[in-house]
Amino acid sequence: MNIVENFDLFAPRLINKKELLSSGHRACSGCAEVLAVRLMAKALGENTVIASATGCMEIVSSMFPTTAWEVPWIHVAFENTAAVASGVEAGLKALRKKGRIDDRYVKVVGMAGDGGTMDIGFQALSGAMERGHDMLFVCFDNEAYMNTGIQRSSGTPMGASTTTAPAGKVSIGQKTWKKNMPEILVAHAIPYVATACPSYPLDFIRKIEKAKSIKGPSYIHCFSVCPTGWRSPSNMAIATGRLAVETGVFPLFEVENGHYHLSPDMPKKLRPIKDYFKGQGRFRHLTADDIEMIQKKVTAEFNKLKEKAKFLKTGNE
Amino acid sequence: MGKRMGMEVAMAVAEAVGLCNIDMAAVYPITPQSHIAEHLSDLVANGEIDAEFVTVESEHSAMSAVIGASGTGARSYTATSSQGLMLMHELLPIASAMRLPICMAIANRAVSGPLNILNDHTDIMPQRDSGWISMFVENGQEAIDMSIIAFKIAEHKDVMLPVNINIDGFQLTHMVEPFEMPTQEEVNQFLPPFVPHATLHPAKPVTMGAFAMSDYFAEIMKAKDEALKNSKKVILDVWDDWAKIFGRTYKPVETYMADDAEILMLTMGSMGETAQVAIDELRAKGIKAGLVKLRLWRPFPLEEIKAVLKNTKKLIVTDRAISFGGPGGPVFSEIKSALYAEAQRPLIYNYIYGLGGRDVPVPDFVGMFEKVLADTAGKLADSYEFWGVRE
Repeated sequence: MNIVENFDLFAPRLINKKELLSSGHRACSGCAEVLAVRLMAKALGENTVIASATGCMEIVSSMFPTTAWEVPWIHVAFENTAAVASGVEAGLKALRKKGRIDDRYVKVVGMAGDGGTMDIGFQALSGAMERGHDMLFVCFDNEAYMNTGIQRSSGTPMGASTTTAPAGKVSIGQKTWKKNMPEILVAHAIPYVATACPSYPLDFIRKIEKAKSIKGPSYIHCFSVCPTGWRSPSNMAIATGRLAVETGVFPLFEVENGHYHLSPDMPKKLRPIKDYFKGQGRFRHLTADDIEMIQKKVTAEFNKLKEKAKFLKTGNE
Repeated sequence: MGKRMGMEVAMAVAEAVGLCNIDMAAVYPITPQSHIAEHLSDLVANGEIDAEFVTVESEHSAMSAVIGASGTGARSYTATSSQGLMLMHELLPIASAMRLPICMAIANRAVSGPLNILNDHTDIMPQRDSGWISMFVENGQEAIDMSIIAFKIAEHKDVMLPVNINIDGFQLTHMVEPFEMPTQEEVNQFLPPFVPHATLHPAKPVTMGAFAMSDYFAEIMKAKDEALKNSKKVILDVWDDWAKIFGRTYKPVETYMADDAEILMLTMGSMGETAQVAIDELRAKGIKAGLVKLRLWRPFPLEEIKAVLKNTKKLIVTDRAISFGGPGGPVFSEIKSALYAEAQRPLIYNYIYGLGGRDVPVPDFVGMFEKVLADTAGKLADSYEFWGVRE
């Protein structure tokens, strides 16, 4: 509360005041994803080069001949962001070594949506992480192909209705469990993997700053509420993100060199997932039995995560 | 003077690229390009090339990575073949639209299916409209020369376009040939450092690869077409620069015994040398045959083609690719279209040959000439035939 009341006093210490994703972009009202991207840019600072996948964040920020970007930014295609970022990193490294650019450290960042990370961009990301490029990759996960019109991806959660996995007389909508992308990145044995959500801005900024400080590959999976695609009120995007965390649907955690930590914002006791589902049109069709089935999975997955945090924490080898 | 030596052409290409002070290379192995990739990695491993060598997980990522690196202002190189080129296809027009001077060797190989690893031109032909400068070489010396020349053309401030060099897979890449390898001093004299016009660096932030809808898209396409057409002047100038230092002259369209020829054949790539032997045999029999070799595929050398073909009565266009269900081979279609408006134009015949590495020895070339010469009524003109293919 004090932080909000004394914002001008505290804010400069908490966050870079300079906007590196400027206003005037074309994102939907209530878009939590563009808020996350803006916070990410602030946390990264000016010495950053961003490679972006095709998607909402790309089209809203780079309509020729305008740009919202105050940092160097490149978009090439949909599925290859991590490979483009690999090339940027390699190019800067070579030029710095040969003295053709100044000697400052520049962080290379790849960003993509859930489709550009978990589906079509999966191979390029796995390759870049395996090769060990000095790169942060951020997945802005809004749980479907929102830019093309709310089609299902492997990031879409069980039971959500999308335009290619619609709820119907014989369908609950998405019939598969969400792909566990952070765990797949942990399996790449990279130094840093974290989950984050712009509903917890200071936690998100801290994680971006930590990833920035790591010389090597790192991955942040950012839960990004999409009021348009989720059919939820645009003034509730931040609250919806908080509910995802408080119900354990999207737990916040970090994995540093294989050691798991639940983030400080994680509640001791989870709320029932129905609290999260009820504000969203994409889940409106679910029956009590459907919700019970999903609740069991969420509880089981969270318990697994807690076990990892218990047995795989730093200093506990 | 460079050093006289003998080496496998693919390795010689890597050596030539190594003389160009590249900053970054990204490659993915594919037959018959692999020896270029392997030898480049040897040169990097031995400290002979001071470059970042990124061993990507696919050709799509190879092209993506060189796009990213070229965006930073790094001199960037890759090489591929066949399926790898097809996988890169999506990115080729993006590289040219972003005006990135990437250089790429293509060890030409047949496109699947069925799977085949041997040489033809079915991989490059689908890339024709991607906005790259595209040229063909005939022997090891040309492969070496063009690999160096490519950077100077691509990076010229009036060009700023990617370049691909087509080197016939196996038939050229895997031959051990004698050639003259330029010295480092000569290459330094010929090739200036790359001065990019905009780079991905926080010293001056730029946005690359913006999104453009109908209000700008067409203008951007027209600008790219003009840039590619205008590149011909620079290509000619750079070939002149090369000739001054190295004494080897290159032209967009080259000819052999063509001046007084009544019948001409047009080839691209390594087949030219075999066809040349056939011309000698025909000339010995008193037949006025000649050869036209198309070196520059894009930008298409329209004026030069018209000039060399203006007096011939019959023209045989050879193609190592086919446009299925279309009017014939892709080179045939382009040549026909180039000559359509000419008041005096030859009868044009099209032979599709050498597909998937099928050998085309000298008697086959002689046979094509004899078949066309026997067609006095011109009945076979304006159509295509698969040469030497079983019914």
